Amino acid sequence: MAPGVLYFLVFQYLALFGNAIAFKNYMPFVGVWESEWVGFANFQALFSEPAFWQAALNTVVLSLLQLVFYFPVPLALALLLHSLMQGRLRKFVQSVVYLPHFISWVIVVALFQQVLGADGAVNGLLGGSDGHLLDIFGNPDAFRPLMVVELIWKECGWGTIIFLAALHNVDEGLYEAAALDGAGPWRRFWHVTLPSLRAVIILLLILRLGDILSVGFEQILLQRDMFGPDVAEVIDTYVYHHGIRDQNWGIAAAAALFKGVIGAMLVFSTNKIAHRMGEQGVYR
Amino acid sequence: MSITALTRSERPAWKEKPKLPTQAAKGLALIVTVVAVVVPFWVVIATSFAPDQQVIENGGYAVWPKEWTFTAYERIFDQGQVTDSLMVSIGITLAGTLFSLASTVMLAYALARPGVVGGRPVMVMILFTFLFPAGMIPSFLVVNSLGLRNTYWALFLPVLVNAFNLVVMRGFFQGIPGELFESAKLDGAGELRILWTIVLPLSKAVIAVVGLFYAVGYWNDFFRALLYLDDSSKWPLQTLMRTYVTGLNNNKLIDVQGAAAEQVHYAPQTVNMAVVVLATVPILLVYPFIQRYFTKGVLTGAIKS
Repeated sequence: MAPGVLYFLVFQYLALFGNAIAFKNYMPFVGVWESEWVGFANFQALFSEPAFWQAALNTVVLSLLQLVFYFPVPLALALLLHSLMQGRLRKFVQSVVYLPHFISWVIVVALFQQVLGADGAVNGLLGGSDGHLLDIFGNPDAFRPLMVVELIWKECGWGTIIFLAALHNVDEGLYEAAALDGAGPWRRFWHVTLPSLRAVIILLLILRLGDILSVGFEQILLQRDMFGPDVAEVIDTYVYHHGIRDQNWGIAAAAALFKGVIGAMLVFSTNKIAHRMGEQGVYR
Repeated sequence: MSITALTRSERPAWKEKPKLPTQAAKGLALIVTVVAVVVPFWVVIATSFAPDQQVIENGGYAVWPKEWTFTAYERIFDQGQVTDSLMVSIGITLAGTLFSLASTVMLAYALARPGVVGGRPVMVMILFTFLFPAGMIPSFLVVNSLGLRNTYWALFLPVLVNAFNLVVMRGFFQGIPGELFESAKLDGAGELRILWTIVLPLSKAVIAVVGLFYAVGYWNDFFRALLYLDDSSKWPLQTLMRTYVTGLNNNKLIDVQGAAAEQVHYAPQTVNMAVVVLATVPILLVYPFIQRYFTKGVLTGAIKS
């Protein structure tokens, strides 16, 4: 038990107290504890920084785009997979679509560049000898759609698992009863399938909303420099660049803490709303 | 693939006969999905095995190599950087997985046994980190103050125990019937002995799954090395590949010695893609095992709870 507990104490809890530097003028050679307290000065500096608000805006826009365009895809794919017979075809498709989840973001970005990049296969095959059909990498306008498409490619298969588990638990008798009462496939889908998925969908929506200020840190860090901070800086990469790279420790820690507090508040409030609506939510 | 293969093998009597347009639409959707996943992998593999000349003519890619050559792979292994990174990646993955697995098993076992002193507060403490994980900056400060920067310890100690994996494993251990422990206790076995001779043999599946998840995580990680290792010659493979992906190094992942001097037409993409293939192969090798244990429902049960 000891090593594991020690890990949580040192790398989680000691680190949690390290957030104190958000309220300090942290100097590395003085140390976290001895550095001078400065109250909310770091937060004032942070909030007067346009680059931070740009990063916050980028984060929220990307999150909402993912919510609208990514979120339904695993659900649709799960419904498609569930409608297949329990045979080899379904297993095969599942094996294929789960795979990208286990591939690192570095490789995923490399794959995308090789297919959709300026010198990639799509441009080469469809764009003619020197025509550039696609101008994606490095083009700020293409950044947001690209992030969503990459996310769909990597995670939508894996995302089906929780929906498939929910679909698996639906009582076949409900479908049979509905069919005997004269409900066609669409009505059965509408009145049996969807209601049985409602709890899962709401649970995932709450978790996503609580995490609205996080959007694929690794994915975006890898591609931020290519597209520039105007579109590609999000709060997490802002923390990295201002804290670790530029050594503005206090301001970066303040940004991270701000994000954490907003996230926790969002989880609490969305969970409350779910309870009001009579749903289970994440916790009671 | 015949149309009938797409229908449920045993259609219940109340269900309508599948209509042809619906079946066709489903089939098309499936084909598009599978192709979209497979094609990028294929282009990368083909490029890595294609001759330089063809890749240069195409402008940087190959869909089908005119001839299959291992030149790119030979170049990688002639040159030390990628081989070194590969060794670092393998070492970190093995050491990290071993340490993580050992710590997780011991902690999960202690938390699964009823009546362990401090069990409940420790569990609450762990679950709390789900809600408030340590951030990047504080973690960095801790690693720095412990003197772990620029050591390989920094690549796995800060992520030693994953709270989700711990909960999965604890749940599994709790499912083992208590009588087994009681009888072992009566026979005079200590806790470590019970863990070793009774619990572990019964928990092979969950240990395999959690171990594979740790291993995949360590193998795929590029960020921790970027954060904690200043010396790029110590970097694992994923962090090295990052320099290519971000376009920082003029799209050349590594400098291939001698190629320019020999006046050989050299396409850097073949080497880059060969490195990508090398980094992907271990994942493809363990993937069937992940799949097999996964379908046993070890994790789906945990996700539900």
